[in-house]
Amino acid sequence: MTYVVTDNCRGCRYTECVTVCPVECFHLDDSMTYIDPENCIDCGGCAPACPVGAIEPDYRLAADKKFWIDVNRRRAAETPVISARLVPLPGADERRLALGR
Amino acid sequence: MPYGLVRFGVAPDHPKLKQVTAAFDRIAAMPGFRFIGGVTVGDDVTVDELREAYDAVVLATGAELSRPLGIPGEALPGSHSAGDFVAWYNGHPDFADLSFNLDHEAAIIIGHGNVALDVARILAKTADELRQTDIARHALEVLAASRIREISIVGRGGPVQAKFSAKELRDFLELKSCDTLVNDRDVTPKDFEPQHPADPELVEKLSLLRGFSQQTATRPRRCVFRFGFSPFAIHGRDRVETLSVTHRSGAVEDIAGGLVFGSVGRRTAPVTGVPYDTHRGVHANANGRVTNGHCMIEGLYACGWSKRGPNGTIGTNRGCGIATAEAVLADLAHRRARPDTPDALLARVVGRVTRVVSYPDWMVIDTAEKSRGALLGKPREKFVTIPDMLAAVGA
Repeated sequence: MTYVVTDNCRGCRYTECVTVCPVECFHLDDSMTYIDPENCIDCGGCAPACPVGAIEPDYRLAADKKFWIDVNRRRAAETPVISARLVPLPGADERRLALGR
Repeated sequence: MPYGLVRFGVAPDHPKLKQVTAAFDRIAAMPGFRFIGGVTVGDDVTVDELREAYDAVVLATGAELSRPLGIPGEALPGSHSAGDFVAWYNGHPDFADLSFNLDHEAAIIIGHGNVALDVARILAKTADELRQTDIARHALEVLAASRIREISIVGRGGPVQAKFSAKELRDFLELKSCDTLVNDRDVTPKDFEPQHPADPELVEKLSLLRGFSQQTATRPRRCVFRFGFSPFAIHGRDRVETLSVTHRSGAVEDIAGGLVFGSVGRRTAPVTGVPYDTHRGVHANANGRVTNGHCMIEGLYACGWSKRGPNGTIGTNRGCGIATAEAVLADLAHRRARPDTPDALLARVVGRVTRVVSYPDWMVIDTAEKSRGALLGKPREKFVTIPDMLAAVGA
């Protein structure tokens, strides 16, 4: 298994996940973070740390979100590792409230 | 040796979690890093000596002590703390000599946390399910001869209150020779309804438990979750025979079992010279700065379980470590000059201990353990005594 970042991260990118990942398996592009499934050790530290509930274990994803497993794998291979927290994207707090978080 | 709970706490059948050691090894290879093992802080070297030689001393001592159940009969043979059992099967040198008599059909685990599930799962697995893990050889031998058929996992709360994680609970779906059940007399269907339907972790946990409550037993071993029971006494003539519990409905019941494992929490072992927070069971600290009453002790910090108590995963502790590191850096500007140096202190400490163990020493031990394991088809066969570890480095 692995943990997977899903659509709630888009436009927020809080990166709280990055501070708790013990193995630096988070990658990043302009819109969101991705988990490298090869390096994730399934510790589960990131899922409760995400302010918008964007991270879930792969087996728990709803059928219409399963495609994020492939997206994470592919984008993690194409993007750089992020090892320290960044400032969230502009409008992140508004988006978090809109998501009911 | 390095790795702490990853080596001595994480269950042998959770190898993926142990891969975090690669991150520790990367840190160990950084310039300015020095591992000094084989030294007991508070005994071989005082905390004040360390503070005189270093700008900051960070305690990362974990939660080594098991909380006692505090009920009569706890001292009977057959009554153990779950933490001791975990340290034993993981080959901790201080626990490798313990003996666990598994010559009984029933075992009882008290507590509904992840450690309780680890103990239940290790007892529920067959030798074949454990043989290719890094479990200590002495433990595998005892477990292979186990007569245990029924494992009761008893907790005070209902399914909603259980502290174990859904991920740990899912492991029970994979057991080859054991059925997992919930005793349906203890619960009502309402007990499986999440109060927070938006919490995926809780929803999954309750759905797994509901599934277990509808299971019928066909396999040789059974794990049975018991909800809503407070234990009040352990009975037995010469050793543990029953556990007396009160259900939240008021009903009293005796659960038969030759073994009882208490798994009701852990606390940090006090370190000589460091103020202790008895209430929280950690080094007295305010957000990682060790305190004495209302005063901060200059240059002394805590992180991880010895700062916050035993909760959260490996990753949670990294976040916690970063927060403490930020406190260290913020205080550095105001730190008084040190009267001593690390090298001078180390030179004195070397004379006080049997052998200072360096990181390269550890890597020799690590390689030796891996070769021993390879002969047996295991990732490693741990050395379980300190003399054996030292012999491996030629000391």
